[in-house]
Amino acid sequence: MKILVCISNVPDTTTKITFTDNNTQFNTSGVQFILNPYDEIALARAIELTEPNNGSVTVINVGEVGTEPTIRKALAIGATDAVRVNALPHDAWFVAYQIAQYIKANPFDLILTGRESIDYNGSKVAGMIAELLDIPSVSIIKKLDIDGNSAIVEREIEGGKEVLTIPLPFVAGTAEGVAEVKIPNMRGIMSARTKPLNVIEAITVKTLSDVISYETPAPRGQVKLVPADDVPQLVSLLHEEARVI
Amino acid sequence: MSVLVYTENADGKFKKSTFEIVSYARAIATQLGTKLTAISIGDVSATELAALGKYGAEKVLNVSNDKLKNFINQAYASIIADAAKKENADIVVLSNSFSGRGLAPRLGVKLEAGVADGAVALPNLSDGKFRIKKTAFSGKAFAIVELTSANKVISLTPNAYKVVETNATATVEDFATENKATDFAAVIKDIVRATDKVSLPDADIVVSGGRGLKGPENWGMVEELADLLGAALACSKPVSDAGWRSHSEHVGQTGIAISPNLYIAIGISGAIQHLAGVSSSKVIVVINKDAEAPFFKVADYGIVGDAFDVVPKLITAIKQFKASA
Repeated sequence: MKILVCISNVPDTTTKITFTDNNTQFNTSGVQFILNPYDEIALARAIELTEPNNGSVTVINVGEVGTEPTIRKALAIGATDAVRVNALPHDAWFVAYQIAQYIKANPFDLILTGRESIDYNGSKVAGMIAELLDIPSVSIIKKLDIDGNSAIVEREIEGGKEVLTIPLPFVAGTAEGVAEVKIPNMRGIMSARTKPLNVIEAITVKTLSDVISYETPAPRGQVKLVPADDVPQLVSLLHEEARVI
Repeated sequence: MSVLVYTENADGKFKKSTFEIVSYARAIATQLGTKLTAISIGDVSATELAALGKYGAEKVLNVSNDKLKNFINQAYASIIADAAKKENADIVVLSNSFSGRGLAPRLGVKLEAGVADGAVALPNLSDGKFRIKKTAFSGKAFAIVELTSANKVISLTPNAYKVVETNATATVEDFATENKATDFAAVIKDIVRATDKVSLPDADIVVSGGRGLKGPENWGMVEELADLLGAALACSKPVSDAGWRSHSEHVGQTGIAISPNLYIAIGISGAIQHLAGVSSSKVIVVINKDAEAPFFKVADYGIVGDAFDVVPKLITAIKQFKASA
């Protein structure tokens, strides 16, 4: 079994998000970049699914050379090899197009992404890759098991879950519940240095969208504190002032 | 040129988020001086379909057959793309729901369209551009995205746009299209939906519990409070990681991002990762015994006190309020 896991290099979850150049550039100064947390779940499940049958897990990232520490982290966790498409990830369409072209030349049994990246939160790469390859996709899965040539997945729906069987290959975006993330051990960290990391050049693709600028949320006013011995006052405030109940 | 809106249903009924996107799509059609068509797939009654006119749809395309009763990502995407072509629609609007997140990227590729996901406002059309504000960095910021393609796909964040009602009705037409056999490769085996519970992503009110509640056995009062308010339940990451509550209730940067009208956080300190997922809530109430908890800095209302003392009092106060209302 050959699984491809698409990974993103994103700001650490504790990052305070600020912008420069008149709010047109994300301020990366002092920002620690990490493997996207949802992609870690995808990677952990891919390793679990391939370990018993001597399969392989390839990770692919669209990014410039600065993303290599994150790619090495994925190799340390247990990916077999890695591919970096050498380009800035312009948008989901650009990224999905590069990955889909790679898959056309190098077929996989299963393609996993995280449910979304924690920087742009688009949830788009999985569906776009699948549409480009004309194979099924499922946007947010909570459980993934392989049964012969198909998989049983649980998809998140509003207020519940849906159980689907899907023939391989397909593309899925993983969420919490699919697997526990794996911490790299010393052997993994040592071997990651020598595992193959192939760098390929990007293919030119028509641009469909551009990020023009950023905004930060308007700060809230001072909190209004209600004494713990006068809880009914909170109910009045929510009803009369905030008008939310 | 026209606007097409996909109106999602749950068990044959439209939800509030559906009326939000129809109202939103109506406003875009008005901005562009064009017409709005809705498309519904599944088993929805004629009355329910015609009522979409109230929110601004002039025409409703109804796709109804047994094979399409439940959401099948590939098949639904093909039908919506075919409808967009038939209606000469250059803008397709849908909800950034779990299903919408499956459809939007496939539609983007099918229609060679730029996709703005998680939109929170109407597009800005000045200077002949099409620019739209969307959530980014898991709620810590917004990005202004320009769609430069001729066709455009927009998915709207639930609770980001107010429902606008008129007294119009829509004409309903049947719409049928040929699906490829491969569109039905994924097969639904089971759907488990708790019909008595409010769904978290599109809830108006959310009541959320954290580690301060000490253990899963103490959730009874949180559930009672949520029931009283018609609210959905949520929790912080440590709570779902500890297995006290299901992952599907985890809100925050690596869980679900929500934007309800009212978010009540009980025993949650307000780590930056948690705030990211809930900061677009319109009103935030924090109940925490630690006056220094960072959550108080971003809250609208707060009570410094022990949850085990404050929550029962809050339940009583709400019961009294409801009895007198």
